[in-house]
Amino acid sequence: MKLHTLLICCVLMFSGATMAKEAAPMAADVEIEKRMVAISEELRCLVCQNESLSGSHAELAQDLRREIRKMIGEGKTDKEILDFMVARYGDFVRYRPPVKPTTWLLWGGPFVLLAGGIAALIAFLRRRAKEDAAPELSEEERRRAAALLDQSNS
Amino acid sequence: MKRFLIPLAVFFVLVIFLAIGLTLNPRDVPSPLKDKPAPAFKLPQLAAADKSFSPADLKGKVWLLNVWASWCVSCRQEHPLLVSFAKEGKVPVVGLNYKDQPGDAKNWLAKFGDPYVLSAVDADGRVGIDYGVYGVPETYVIDKAGTIRMKHTGPITPESLQKQILPLVAELSK
Repeated sequence: MKLHTLLICCVLMFSGATMAKEAAPMAADVEIEKRMVAISEELRCLVCQNESLSGSHAELAQDLRREIRKMIGEGKTDKEILDFMVARYGDFVRYRPPVKPTTWLLWGGPFVLLAGGIAALIAFLRRRAKEDAAPELSEEERRRAAALLDQSNS
Repeated sequence: MKRFLIPLAVFFVLVIFLAIGLTLNPRDVPSPLKDKPAPAFKLPQLAAADKSFSPADLKGKVWLLNVWASWCVSCRQEHPLLVSFAKEGKVPVVGLNYKDQPGDAKNWLAKFGDPYVLSAVDADGRVGIDYGVYGVPETYVIDKAGTIRMKHTGPITPESLQKQILPLVAELSK
C-alpha cells in the first residue's frame, strides 16, 4: 500500500514537471501564442482531417504549429503564413477555402439546394391550397344546402 | 404516378452521389506542388553523414523521391515493391528518411533491403513540410528539369506503379 502511494506521488510529481516544461514557451510570449492559435484554428490538420491544426495532437500538427510560431517571430503577416500552408498542402488545408471556379459548387451548393427546397415548398403549398379550396356550388346545390340547414335548425 | 416517380428519381440521384463518394479516397488530397519545381534542400546522407544530398545533384535525370521512416507501418507494405523496382534500375530512387532515428533507419534497411541510391536524413521533418508531406509513405516523380510531375500519397501498389508511375517515368525519360 505504501509503495503504491509512493508510486502515485512519483507519477504526479513527474507529470507536474513535464507540464511545467511544456507550458514555459507559452508563458514566454502570450501574444505569439494567441496569434498562433488564431491562425491554426483556420487550418485543417491533414493527418486527422476533421480536426483543426490547433486542436490536433498529431506530430505533424505540432511541427506545423512550431513553424507558425517561428514565422510569427520572424514578423510574417497572417496572410503570408496562410499562403505558406496553402503552397504546400493546397486549399484543402484551409477551413474556409477561397471562392474560385473550382470551389463555386462548394460555396454555392447549399444555397442552390435551399432555393430548390423553397421552390418545391411553394409549389406544394400552392397545389394544396387549390385542392383544399371549397368547391364552387351551383345555385341548385346552394338551395339544397340551405334547405338541409333549415331542417336541422328547426 | 408522378407523385412516386419524383422522390424515386431524387433517391436514385442521391444513391449515385453516395456511391461515387465511396470510391473516392479522402486522403488523396491533390498536391499544389504538382508541376512546380521540387523545393531545394541540403541534407546529410543516412549512410554517410559527412556527405550531403540536394535535389540539384540529380538535375538532368528523372528520379523518384520516396519519403519513408522505420516507424511507418505502411512503408513496410510498399517496400518489397520498391526493392524490386529499384533492382530494374530504370530510374534512381532517393529516400527521404522522415523524422527517424538514424540507427533505427539503418537497421530497417538492413532488415528489409535498401532500394535507395541514397537516403537523405530529414530529422526534424522541416523538408517534409516543404514537400507537403502529411502521411508517410509518399512518393514524388521528379523530371529532368527538377519539376515535380506526380505525387503519390500512401503506399505504392503494383497497380499504381504499373498504371501511373511507370508510364510517366517512361514518358519523362524520353
